[in-house]
Amino acid sequence: VHRRKKLSCDPEYVNKAHKEGRFLSPPVSGRPSSSCVFVVRKDQDIYIQTLRKLFNESHGIFIGLQRSEEEFAGKSRKTQLVQVSKNYRSVIRACMEDMHQAAVSARDPALHSQYSTQVSILSAMELIWNLCEILFVEAAVAGPLLLRLLDWVRLHVCDVDNMVREVLSSENPSKHELFWNVVDVFVLQGRMDEARHLLSKEASANPTSVNMCRILDDLMKKMPVPSLGNTQTLTEMELKWQHWHEECQRYLQDGTFASNSHMESICKILLGDENAILEKKELMTTWYHFLVTRLLYSHPTVKPMELRFYAQSSMDLFLGGESSPEPLDTILMAAFEFELHQVIKECSIALSNWWFVAHLTDLLDHCKLLQSHNLYFGSNMREFLLLEYASGLFSHYSLWQLGVDYFDHCPEYGRVYLELHIERIPLNTEQKALKVLRICEQRQMHEQVRSICKIMAMKALRNNRLGSALSWSIRAKDAAFATLISDRFLKDYCEKGCFSDLDLIDNLGPSMLLSDRLTFLGKYREFHRLYGEKRFSEAAKLLLMLMTAHIAPCSFWMTLLTDALPLLEQKEVIFSAEQTYELMRCLEDLTAGKSDKQKFQDDDVETMKVEMLRLALARNLARVIVKEGTLEGS
Amino acid sequence: MGAPAALQACPSSLDNRISIWSVGDLGNVGLNGEYQGEPQLLCDIRHNGDVMDMQFLDQERIVVASSTGNVTIFRHHQNNQTLSANQRWEKAHYHVDRDASCGGAACTGVICSNPEIVTVGEDGRINLFRADQKDAVRTIDNADSSTLHAVTFLRTTEILTVNSIGQLKIWDLRQQRNEPSQIFSLTGDRVPLHCVDRHPNQQHIVATGGQDGMLSIWDIRQGTMPVSLLNAHEAEMWEVHFHPSNPDHLFTCSEDGSLWHWDTSTSVSEKPSFLHQGGRSTTYFSHNTINQSVVSAWLSNDPTKDRMEITNLIPNQTLSVNSLDILGPCLVYGTDAEAIYVNRHLFA
Repeated sequence: VHRRKKLSCDPEYVNKAHKEGRFLSPPVSGRPSSSCVFVVRKDQDIYIQTLRKLFNESHGIFIGLQRSEEEFAGKSRKTQLVQVSKNYRSVIRACMEDMHQAAVSARDPALHSQYSTQVSILSAMELIWNLCEILFVEAAVAGPLLLRLLDWVRLHVCDVDNMVREVLSSENPSKHELFWNVVDVFVLQGRMDEARHLLSKEASANPTSVNMCRILDDLMKKMPVPSLGNTQTLTEMELKWQHWHEECQRYLQDGTFASNSHMESICKILLGDENAILEKKELMTTWYHFLVTRLLYSHPTVKPMELRFYAQSSMDLFLGGESSPEPLDTILMAAFEFELHQVIKECSIALSNWWFVAHLTDLLDHCKLLQSHNLYFGSNMREFLLLEYASGLFSHYSLWQLGVDYFDHCPEYGRVYLELHIERIPLNTEQKALKVLRICEQRQMHEQVRSICKIMAMKALRNNRLGSALSWSIRAKDAAFATLISDRFLKDYCEKGCFSDLDLIDNLGPSMLLSDRLTFLGKYREFHRLYGEKRFSEAAKLLLMLMTAHIAPCSFWMTLLTDALPLLEQKEVIFSAEQTYELMRCLEDLTAGKSDKQKFQDDDVETMKVEMLRLALARNLARVIVKEGTLEGS
Repeated sequence: MGAPAALQACPSSLDNRISIWSVGDLGNVGLNGEYQGEPQLLCDIRHNGDVMDMQFLDQERIVVASSTGNVTIFRHHQNNQTLSANQRWEKAHYHVDRDASCGGAACTGVICSNPEIVTVGEDGRINLFRADQKDAVRTIDNADSSTLHAVTFLRTTEILTVNSIGQLKIWDLRQQRNEPSQIFSLTGDRVPLHCVDRHPNQQHIVATGGQDGMLSIWDIRQGTMPVSLLNAHEAEMWEVHFHPSNPDHLFTCSEDGSLWHWDTSTSVSEKPSFLHQGGRSTTYFSHNTINQSVVSAWLSNDPTKDRMEITNLIPNQTLSVNSLDILGPCLVYGTDAEAIYVNRHLFA
């Protein structure tokens, strides 16, 4: 899930990149153009239901790992990292289970095959991851290394499980035709106790072979194995093993098992005879099983750095020139050779999604195994892979939220990537927009906050939701937009003669101060309210203040002055002389501002309004002078 | 089964489903009371658009609000464990032109009181539906100039709504006029309110949650401003719920990934002695021992007298908790990490 587009390129180009040892990258920038045609398709993996569980759960593990303190040093840190690795693997296994269930219950054959393919891909991923955990994360040393590898093989080579089950559950196992195959399987996988258990059945069923069984059983019991604890040193173990090996040799040369070819071959296997082991090719199915069996019986104290030689020769012997290695084989081989970068590169090529390499590389980086290996793009490998993975997530309608956290943990380019991606998330509901905004605000991405709020406000405005539009402007502290909204209200008022959305304008509260126009709107509405409540002198004062304090835009002064008319015409004198002079001054300012040409273009209504105002003001002035000149009480 | 009501499914546009899960019987109970077994998926059905809100109408029917503006009733057939769409009101919420392809507006909240259903949406519209009636019983167009985020019943004929300019409004559905009967607003900044819930027993106590994560408690008998403002979450509070049978307990969940349990039941020293038991206590307290005071602890202004215990129920928080619900001792919540959590021993 991860690449937005998977590029199928000209194979020659791929080989070229391979040979030059370059990390495969999308051929977009700065490359000399090769004459290729690129077929691009959208990644489908992210839409598979069961894989979503993988992405969500691994996100949790990833975050936990980034947040975990580095206070633990040495051994406890290593234990912690191994646990993280195990957690990742258990998530892969859980998904494998679900995918398997889905495959089984799918009725559509195409779907069934798709799910089955996914199961095998997940299985391969877990195989590789497990090996990397043993070799790199845990960095098992000689001794425990073999035990871990044995566990690994036992866990992953399952082709023989059915056969084993069949034989064990039959009435007379030793009479079953596949009996010796199963014994061989146990021996090849180092499962001595189970092998001995079956041998005892053979002994009881077949009296002639009792003696041989007893000897073989004894040899198996005494076989020295590396211990996990510190109970014995490697040298001690090697000595014991040497003695045991010689004892087996003696029994073989004495011809103890000559009468039973099965047991003789088992003895040869115990002695690490390559040919004998190779004969059981079908029971081992893979070259890496062969490798581990070889090591078990010829070099149990193998050191990690020696693995590469055994691995290469095992693969050659096993495949025997009949078939060429598959991608999985190449990856495992690179792991045995401790070529980390090679492992990651091969996985990137082989797998269609970035999930695996991104998380594995991040874990290995935490194990301090990757040197900062600068790539063309300036960032290191870990960051590059995480960026690619997270970018892929952003094309999904709900997994993008996971992508955010991944970008957060990419120190060099994470923020830039996030800034670019977050603006392009489709915002079909307000709730989604709020989530995106919260993410931007938490990271001080002010540009993006403004831009998203503007988009939402514009949408609201177009749908005539003026309150919503205002709410978005407040969130972004966008004064310009608030002015726009106020103008819209005022325009509506001028056209309809009344205010729409009174619940909003009457309850603006402190947000009124966001923009001058908004303040004006609130105050203007207050004027209307005061007038409606017949509190005329307060209304008058407010009206005048709106003009003198320049809260009202000039374009609105005419309307305000017209609103003053009914107050001037009241029986009772409302405006004082001072106030009347102010009003007159406002009127003159307004008319003086117009050029002669404009005055000529003014229609009759306009001129009449001005005339009426002049008259009303003059009359009011007259009355108020008289009133103020009169002595009180007379 | 007794599946508790309303849990929001994960938001997405292509692959949404309404699912019914069974959280089986008490079988495996872990040390800390967490249910060990996994919830089992019984049935599911496709849903067009994001699920914005949903509620059980009765034992079998669920009302779902969609981001496309549709409101759908689904019926859960218990005999064969299937879900089917029973009734749908297309474009119950819409902007300007209903018939335009993108004309729908998200329906943000739904509340039921069988057989009545009230929905609110981003178009500022309030719809009153009746189950099994094709047309809306009543529609208040432009009830609000901003987005209505949530709705709940105050009394059988009155509803409460909250909007994105920080107002709490009471609407009387008996009256024909399209105006709220009362408007409450926060002091200070008009922070959008996202959720609302009413105290189950004392109907004048209302709790709302805002975009800044603040929990407000209102007494709607008096004043137009909240009684108390409690600084809670660090991001939007998506849902607030009083415990239906134990209303001294309140639960809130938020975008910051936390789920808080607010406990105003009297402090330990004042509890009747028979409730002091070592180890596990009873699953939930009996009604009359706790709700003794007539004046609810929620309205108390004296912080020293009634201590409130607040617990974050999520140990490792990552992504947002979008929705929660409670019934008896059982708590269910869903997160943006596409996971549902069930806690069956809330008061243990």
